[in-house]
Amino acid sequence: MTWVGHYNYWGAIFLMMSGFYVVISRGNLIKKLIGLNIFSTSVFLLYISMGKIKGATAPILTEAARLSPTPQLYSNPLPHVLILTAIVVGVATTAVGLALTVRINERYGTIEEDEIRAKDDSL
Amino acid sequence: METTIDIVLLTFLCITAMAIIHIRKLFCAIMLLGIFSLLSACLFVTMDAVDVAFTEAAVGTGISTILLLGAMGQTNAHEKRPPYQPILALLVVLVTGSILIYGTMDLPAFGTPDAAIHLHVAPRYIQQSPIEVGPPNMVTSVLASYRGYDTLGETAVIFTAGIALVALLSAPYKKNELAVKNEQGSLSTIQPATLHDHLILRIIGKMFIPFILLFALYVQFHGDYGPGGGFQAGVIFASGIILYSLIFGLDTAMRVISPTALRLLGAAGLILYIGVGILCILNGGNFLDYNTLASRPVDGQHLGIFLIELGVGTTVFAIMVTMFYAFSFRGRHST
Amino acid sequence: MIHLPIVPVIIPLLAAPLCIIFRSKQLAWSIALAATWTSFCVSILLAIHVVAVGPLSYNIGGWPAPWGITYYIDTLNAFVLLIVSGMSAVVLPYARKSVEMEIDSSTQPYFYSLLLICITGLLGITVTGDAFNMYVFLELSSLSSYALIGMGPRRRALTAAYQYLIMGTIGATFILIGIGLLYSLTGTLNIQDMAVQLRANDILGSGNRTLITAFAFLTVGLSLKLALFPLHLWLPNAYSYAPSVVTIFLAATATKVAIYMLLRFCFGVIGNGTIFQMTLGKIILIPALAAILVASIVAIFQYDIKRMLAYSSVAQIGYMILGISFATTTGLTAGILHMFNHALMKGLLFMVMGAVSYRVGSVYINDFRGLGRKMPWTMAAFVIGGLSLMGVPMTAGFISKWYLIKAALENGWWDVTILILLGSLLAVVYIWRVVETAYFNPSHENEEDIGEAPLSLLIPMWTLVIANIYFGIDTSIPLNLAQQAATLLMEGI
Repeated sequence: MTWVGHYNYWGAIFLMMSGFYVVISRGNLIKKLIGLNIFSTSVFLLYISMGKIKGATAPILTEAARLSPTPQLYSNPLPHVLILTAIVVGVATTAVGLALTVRINERYGTIEEDEIRAKDDSL
Repeated sequence: METTIDIVLLTFLCITAMAIIHIRKLFCAIMLLGIFSLLSACLFVTMDAVDVAFTEAAVGTGISTILLLGAMGQTNAHEKRPPYQPILALLVVLVTGSILIYGTMDLPAFGTPDAAIHLHVAPRYIQQSPIEVGPPNMVTSVLASYRGYDTLGETAVIFTAGIALVALLSAPYKKNELAVKNEQGSLSTIQPATLHDHLILRIIGKMFIPFILLFALYVQFHGDYGPGGGFQAGVIFASGIILYSLIFGLDTAMRVISPTALRLLGAAGLILYIGVGILCILNGGNFLDYNTLASRPVDGQHLGIFLIELGVGTTVFAIMVTMFYAFSFRGRHST
Repeated sequence: MIHLPIVPVIIPLLAAPLCIIFRSKQLAWSIALAATWTSFCVSILLAIHVVAVGPLSYNIGGWPAPWGITYYIDTLNAFVLLIVSGMSAVVLPYARKSVEMEIDSSTQPYFYSLLLICITGLLGITVTGDAFNMYVFLELSSLSSYALIGMGPRRRALTAAYQYLIMGTIGATFILIGIGLLYSLTGTLNIQDMAVQLRANDILGSGNRTLITAFAFLTVGLSLKLALFPLHLWLPNAYSYAPSVVTIFLAATATKVAIYMLLRFCFGVIGNGTIFQMTLGKIILIPALAAILVASIVAIFQYDIKRMLAYSSVAQIGYMILGISFATTTGLTAGILHMFNHALMKGLLFMVMGAVSYRVGSVYINDFRGLGRKMPWTMAAFVIGGLSLMGVPMTAGFISKWYLIKAALENGWWDVTILILLGSLLAVVYIWRVVETAYFNPSHENEEDIGEAPLSLLIPMWTLVIANIYFGIDTSIPLNLAQQAATLLMEGI
């Protein structure tokens, strides 16, 4: 029955793959970036799932925990730190991608991949 | 109970993701992405990652949505149907997904306390950081001190994105003659001052902005004790200015904070962060070794974390507003 | 002296916001020049130190590994550090004139700022000993290169940059998944400590499924970044449409740094000699050979010479990966040495492209007619770069090909040897097309006013010409470094 314990990872993997699918199957440049966002957010879910301990609390030391005689169980703070950084990287990438999309639209008049390719080939 | 919430949220996330795949109206897809971020923020809370949840809510639901809408407003609001069935894409995704599931087989079950990940490096952060570094929020300690260099990298990433946006979007506006703009369905969301006509929005906005800014300052300086810190504070502060600019128009907002001032602020925040690191070297420690900043190491840590969080907050605020300005300013040409 | 490891990374990072503050293109260029040369000088000092004394480590924030982030420099890092900082130091003097022509003057400070950040990112990946820190700096360099490519003069630069952004981000996310799985297995992010933990917990021998998946994702993600065939689709467009300076810099450094990451993970984490690694070597052997053949053949049919050289880069990356896939000391030496030599020759060839496009405006094959007479110094540089690319004796390219063949013969792989020689033959064909057009075809009549490239383009170009010849005759410096690095990797460090 050990595999039942993995449902959280599998949920994250399913979400990742739906994001990945949007990125590689869609031709619309904005939709691709939306897919990229889903993809990376789901990877964050995978990381945070790894750091979770059942029955633990958020890794913030409270006054009550400091005074109590039994040690408090905390979830692993390191994945949280890594994901904070990764979220920032994600939004930065989205922003640059959108800036390119806007410029592409100005120069080509479309943000559909196949139409862009057709316009490049016709020249 | 926890497990139930967890499974319900995961189910909601899966439904949202399916809807995003299916829907062809970009506006709806972007809104659903905002919901997706908010749901995952809730899931982060149930998994004890409150700082991450806070950031995801501020960035994923707030800034990303605004930027996506800003770009959509200048392009096209409807996605065209692809001419072919993406069977190859489906195959790639299925293979990748199966490999990943195969890979999780040897991972310890979700939530086990004696997994390798919890035994090696993490215990020191949990047990020693309140003594060695100081802040009760261990995430802040790790973020700003143990792995402070990653956070410098993160600040640099945000700075890069801002510079990249200005560089790309300030290029001379050259419209291709062949490009016939699709008037139908072109919907400008960040149209300056359209919201100004709505009395209720204007009054409520006016009332809210001071509180948003105040809250941002609270998040900035309270990050040691609770969830929050420079990054979240910067985003919230920026959202206050963005709201202001949506209600009172881009020009008014640019008079309050000019793009040049923002660029200087963005650079200054990054320089402050690096400066703290160099100061530590001058005081005889390693780069970013805050212990050297004061006579008592813990005081030094406190001062160091305060300064770098300030640097992060400044840069993030300045760059977020810069990005918004860049998109909306460009948007004026196209409409 | 003890702070030296951090200096090459911090100086360009500090210079980047300074460029924005001063907002003058002249000043921005001067700052960038000073920063890159400082980095280069410090890198030389570091390399000398590492060779003489041994590996250096530096705990950032004063926290010891694995709790803090540690910079760790051994011969391999030092060598890659030299390549990256050296190439950026050569490119910057070249940049002023070329950027002046290709980039709008108000955006030039941003351009230099982004270039500096890109340099920071690549240097940061090279010196760090921490897996996640590597990811952060990888994203730093990628993000800035997307923007830099998008600043190219033609509209296809934008689509090329977008395509690179999508493929690059997929690659980076795969790398992130791989690092996450490794972290979940070992509980640490420090690369050396990962190796220790894997051994201590006896994960290596047991065919752990998570470990295999982690490496599958790392390999695919890095292959996207280093443009290993057939995941190279972003590279020809990105290199063809980017501003000349960006192409020179990225072609000479970015893919090499990704190859370095692959080496670090494959040899640094799992160590040598395991069955697992042998399998990995076999798996990357096939795309490497395919890259050499297919990309070289495609290169022959290109009209845009910049694009032709980009396909040639895909083929050359195949040579480097081929060397690595042998998983022997000679093979690794060849692969690592080729990273250095390829930086020299591709840097040189793309500099020639930049100079031609500076004078002529574009680099289609027809534009080269009669250039042998009009731009004698530039075309002479092209010929020497081309000879080095083919692997003619007395040039740098010969040495790495020689070692590659030696490694193939040591393994007794005759068929691979023949393929390597065939690849060189194909290089002769595509380089000869250009040389023939430049020297033996009459020029267009209306373009008589084309003159030699300005001195500020010729001096960096001829610096690389001299380097190509010098390191083809006296190979001791790069060869020793590469051999030491290969030995270290084989010992599993």
